[in-house]
Amino acid sequence: MKLDFSVVANAWPNLISGTIGTINLAIAGMCIALVIGILGVAILRAQMRMPNLLVNAFIEIIRNTPFLVQIYFIFFALPLIGVRLNPTATAIIALGLNGGAYAIEIIRGGVESISKGQTEAGLALGLHKHEVFFYIVLKPALRTIYPSLCSQFILLTLTTAICTSISAFELTYVGQRIEGETFRSFEVYFTLTMIYLVISFLTMGLLNAIGRWAFNYPQR
Amino acid sequence: MGTQELSYLLLGLSWTLGLTAIGFAGGIPFGIGIALMRVSSNNWLRRPAMAWIGLFQGTPLLMQLFVAYFGLPLLGFNLPAWAAVAIALTAHASSFLGEIWRGAIQAIPKGQTEAALALGLPDSSRMFDVVLPQAFKISLPATVGFLVQLLKGTSLAAIVGFIELTRAGNIVSNQLYRPLLVFGVVGAMYFAMCWPLSWWGRKLEQSMSKGINK
Repeated sequence: MKLDFSVVANAWPNLISGTIGTINLAIAGMCIALVIGILGVAILRAQMRMPNLLVNAFIEIIRNTPFLVQIYFIFFALPLIGVRLNPTATAIIALGLNGGAYAIEIIRGGVESISKGQTEAGLALGLHKHEVFFYIVLKPALRTIYPSLCSQFILLTLTTAICTSISAFELTYVGQRIEGETFRSFEVYFTLTMIYLVISFLTMGLLNAIGRWAFNYPQR
Repeated sequence: MGTQELSYLLLGLSWTLGLTAIGFAGGIPFGIGIALMRVSSNNWLRRPAMAWIGLFQGTPLLMQLFVAYFGLPLLGFNLPAWAAVAIALTAHASSFLGEIWRGAIQAIPKGQTEAALALGLPDSSRMFDVVLPQAFKISLPATVGFLVQLLKGTSLAAIVGFIELTRAGNIVSNQLYRPLLVFGVVGAMYFAMCWPLSWWGRKLEQSMSKGINK
């Protein structure tokens, strides 16, 4: 057994651009996921029959099929409806749809956790409707769901690795190219694993710090 | 899509189920071990369990599969592909199940442990006869939820080259040139396996929250 990490180390510029690609995919995917999440909750709260059914069907389908199958399906389906996108854009859409289904569930839970009495208390204190929504409904709801949203974001970041299957530009794709050139499979994937570990730890630390700063007020 | 293609997909499906079963069955004993180490007051037991959980929850499952697939032969184990994949899935499952069960064990009120101590039960009996049975019940919804996640996760074995349901779908789709039909069928098969489990998990959660509110 002879390990040779030098070929991997020599490819560091590629690894860095791959890491940036991974972070880009994760952030873009999460932004779409949040938009879908908020829209989905708005639709569910409107209590209309057909749209409600569609949103719930969307959630169930996404949550009960593997991301790999979803990304293949979207990759082949988009050209058929006349949308020609590069693999990276396709991957962002797939990540956004996947994350969106989970985001709907999380945001719904947060909004439902705010009791009606709280809104009424705000109004009774003479706050404006918008003030009530922002300071009394949205802010505590966000604080409640923030940890779940953070772990969902980490999960999404790790899911980006699967986007290599449609050759979207991210870390695993870069790794597979290095592997193809050097045949140092174990060294490449071990290094990638460590990079992913660093990415998720740094992201978690950053998100926790943001959470402490943003929600730094007494609970009761 | 003819019967030949369909039976090929079903063969892949049986491998998907097999991998899930092996990963889950293997994850249970190791998961219990990780959970017990994680709640231990001994640093030498708790820290490695925390590292194990952090390692597997902080890296993509795909990387874990790759490292096991290419790394185990380097260590001198000459394993068939399915065994390498199964080992990676087992390790993956042990960290997630360990963390789920850790939460469940810590959710058991302290009075239970104290009562067991007061009754003079030995350490092992306190954990295995008093705490774990109750923790098992609390953890059931999350455990079922993870089973769904594991079943979906086995699809990544396709990227390593192992022929399970998704890889079988890939092969059939390349032959038929009808990717949407094939991946639609593959997706429906996954849905048919996962949805009843998700439904069961949700039912368990609802019945449990009723019990708590009572």
